[in-house]
Amino acid sequence: MADNDTGTPHAAAGTAVQKSVPTQTVAGTAVELSDAFVNPGLPPHRARVTDTDPKKDKQAERRVYTLFYASIVGSVLAIAAYSVFPIVPGDSNSVRLNTVFLGLGIASSLLGIGIGAVYWAKNLMRGDEIVEMRHPTRGTEETRARAVEIFKLGNEESGFGRRTLIRNTLIGALIATPIPAIVLFRDLGPRSDPASALETTMWKKGTRLTRDPTGDPIKASDITLGSVFHVIPEGLNDVEDKLEQKAKAAVLLMRLKPEDLNELPERKDWSYDGIVAYSKICTHVGCPVALYEQQTHHLLCPCHQSTFDVTNHCQVIFGPAKRPLPQLPITVDAEGYMVAQSGFHEPVGPSFWERT
Amino acid sequence: MSTETPTRTPPSTVVVASRGQRFTGAAVNYVDERTSISGLVRELGRKIFPDHWSFMLGEVALYSFVVILLTGTFLTFFYQPSMADVVYNGSYVPLKGLHMSAAMASSLDISFDIRGGLLMRQVHHWAALLFVASIGLHMLRVFFTGAFRKPREINWFIGFVLFILAMAEGFTGYSLPDDLLSGNGLRIIDGMVKGIPLVGSWISWLLFGGEFPGTHIVARLFTLHILLLPAILIAALGAHLLLMIINKHTQFAGPGRTNDNVVGVPIMPTFAAKAGGFFFIVFGALVLMGAFFTINPIWTYGPYDPSPVSAGTQPDWYIGFADGALRMMPPGLEFDVFGHPLSLNIMIPLLVLPIFLGLVAFYPFIEAWITGDKREHHIAERPRNAPTRTAIGAAGVTFYAVLWATASSDLIATHFHVSIEDVIHSMQLLVFVGPVVAYLLTKRITLGLQKKDREIALHGFESGRIVRLPGGEYIEVHEQLDEYERWRLVSYLDYEPLMVRPDERGRITVAQRARAGLSSWFFEDRISPPTTTEVEREHASQH
Repeated sequence: MADNDTGTPHAAAGTAVQKSVPTQTVAGTAVELSDAFVNPGLPPHRARVTDTDPKKDKQAERRVYTLFYASIVGSVLAIAAYSVFPIVPGDSNSVRLNTVFLGLGIASSLLGIGIGAVYWAKNLMRGDEIVEMRHPTRGTEETRARAVEIFKLGNEESGFGRRTLIRNTLIGALIATPIPAIVLFRDLGPRSDPASALETTMWKKGTRLTRDPTGDPIKASDITLGSVFHVIPEGLNDVEDKLEQKAKAAVLLMRLKPEDLNELPERKDWSYDGIVAYSKICTHVGCPVALYEQQTHHLLCPCHQSTFDVTNHCQVIFGPAKRPLPQLPITVDAEGYMVAQSGFHEPVGPSFWERT
Repeated sequence: MSTETPTRTPPSTVVVASRGQRFTGAAVNYVDERTSISGLVRELGRKIFPDHWSFMLGEVALYSFVVILLTGTFLTFFYQPSMADVVYNGSYVPLKGLHMSAAMASSLDISFDIRGGLLMRQVHHWAALLFVASIGLHMLRVFFTGAFRKPREINWFIGFVLFILAMAEGFTGYSLPDDLLSGNGLRIIDGMVKGIPLVGSWISWLLFGGEFPGTHIVARLFTLHILLLPAILIAALGAHLLLMIINKHTQFAGPGRTNDNVVGVPIMPTFAAKAGGFFFIVFGALVLMGAFFTINPIWTYGPYDPSPVSAGTQPDWYIGFADGALRMMPPGLEFDVFGHPLSLNIMIPLLVLPIFLGLVAFYPFIEAWITGDKREHHIAERPRNAPTRTAIGAAGVTFYAVLWATASSDLIATHFHVSIEDVIHSMQLLVFVGPVVAYLLTKRITLGLQKKDREIALHGFESGRIVRLPGGEYIEVHEQLDEYERWRLVSYLDYEPLMVRPDERGRITVAQRARAGLSSWFFEDRISPPTTTEVEREHASQH
């Protein structure tokens, strides 16, 4: 407890330094000098203006209670603002007024208390510092000896150390007990296996390419040079698991000059008259690769800046992604609408262990 | 405390208690006879707290957490943690008629249909940002002043756990409105998790309850956000505060302050008034921020949809360092291992960041091993007086700062009209060079400051008074510091590097060698504190 704290004024200079008995501890490589400076003790206390001038003291007191009054006024204002500034449906300005005035009321009720209390403490409460002695964190020798004794008694009376089979089976049982709890969490996910779900999308032979989000089919003639379409498979808006399917099946459709495309021979017929379709899901961690640079034919992922070159089968030219965006083979059907020739030939999106 | 100054309560005077005093006395007696609370008041009531502005940072963290609990509880009464598809029909016209999850719709209702709802949401978010920020600053204060040394190593570790929990709380809460921005954040988590070898797709499968995004994740994050994580956080916070009371607070070196005492103000009444008042100030400031500054305007992002994303997406600030690490990976870091993809572009950040955080968590134990110092330390050091530690800290801060800045690489590129490639390449260079430069610079600066302190302590300061000596020589008179000021400059600990010595069997172990190496790295460059002998010698040579 506070050895020097008797409510009497502060310790005079030089008296505040007490040395407790040093405990037997290793100082490591610390250098302990015999001719080091000696702690001069607490400097003399400097009185505050409120300590010496009764007028200032009175003034500070007035300030504190005025602040507490202001706090009460703030609370009243907050309650008033709640009904004076109601929210009118469709009027976003009413939301703003409600927020601001309610906030102002609550803030003044809080700040009034806060500033008042701190001002009170700093100017009117006892201003000098008090010295309290520390004690070593470790228990006293007596306490420690008693603690050791208690453990010994516990061991003797229970036979914990002696009856090894009891002890070991108990430890084994305690280790085994939480395992069922872990097993119980298996059904966080469906019974089926993740890999098969990750490898398939809604795209299959003849699926029409439709606009995101309306689902309107796209005619090849609508796609002007340099334009980009955000595409979803036909019928996506009607399926139960729409977002899960969309997270895999989103596609970007772009039209370039056919001579700008450097197509591999085996993928020559995956495009249609300079129109190409690539998965929109980044092969890094799955953000939508939504930014298309018309001039350079680069696709940029806004999350981690992986950049894909559309003219070279969306090879990665910058950023953390490794694999190119998977290409969706496309063509036009009899009515002139864009359709998929088949599904993707590889899983879309981020890498996962089971993908080959 | 039993020995109050006798003049205040003269024993001869019989004081008749007023009605109010009699009631208070009876009430207090009633409680004490049932709880023995007087013992607690006796132990804690006049406990001394030292004062320094930097000790306030931990308080800010504590108080913003209380604000988070209060505003968060309000929000739970209106929020629906459900991903069921609903058609929004609330007051915010631009989103009327759109399909979205119940979570998003209820978040919009909180913002636009419930009076004070937007205010509470924004105060909650600002408080969360302040919570993590103040924990970070508090950790830096403790680190740079060596306040983590014995007996406080365990409390540093608990504090570190609190920091991680605060970030986890932040991320889970950020994802709850199920808006476009937070959905993309979850998408990134999903993509990272899938990149973990062997178990990645299974972890994602269990986390999201099937395929991303599924219909479970928001409810699961909600349980984590309002039940599991806060429960652990409050337990750890309790332990943190309890240990602080047991260990007592550190204080800065100063006249009258020793390793054996605490100089400051008592809990009752001064510290209680200051700290309690400060809680209301922090709360009030956060309410002002919530009232005037928009934060996380989910209505402009719209509901989550896996297809759109806006340019310049940013996570909340405390997740930035992890996002920056992802952005920084050079192209091509994914390899085929026995027919399976090994995504090093994800695994490197997933391994390097825990190593970095692990070094932070265990730093007190590492330094204690190097110094071999088993004494208790209750004096907070000035950063300059522990040059190597301060330099390590600066290197760590620089490393973190580079990762953090990289999370805004696209904004830096557009803002300063440089190419994104150049920004990333600079950051890739800086993440290695920056910490080294920061280390070297900081070490030199701290040593320079120590030299200056030493100079002033020995020779005093320049008084500006020029005196002509009888011989015609002009000198500027140096004035000595008073003993109180000098004590601030000379009272610090000095360590010398560990000497390698063979043990009793005549061997030098590898651990011993490693320790000696680290020790000389730590303490080779050192400025010893001035001694009284040196001062006397200086005086003698001057006259």
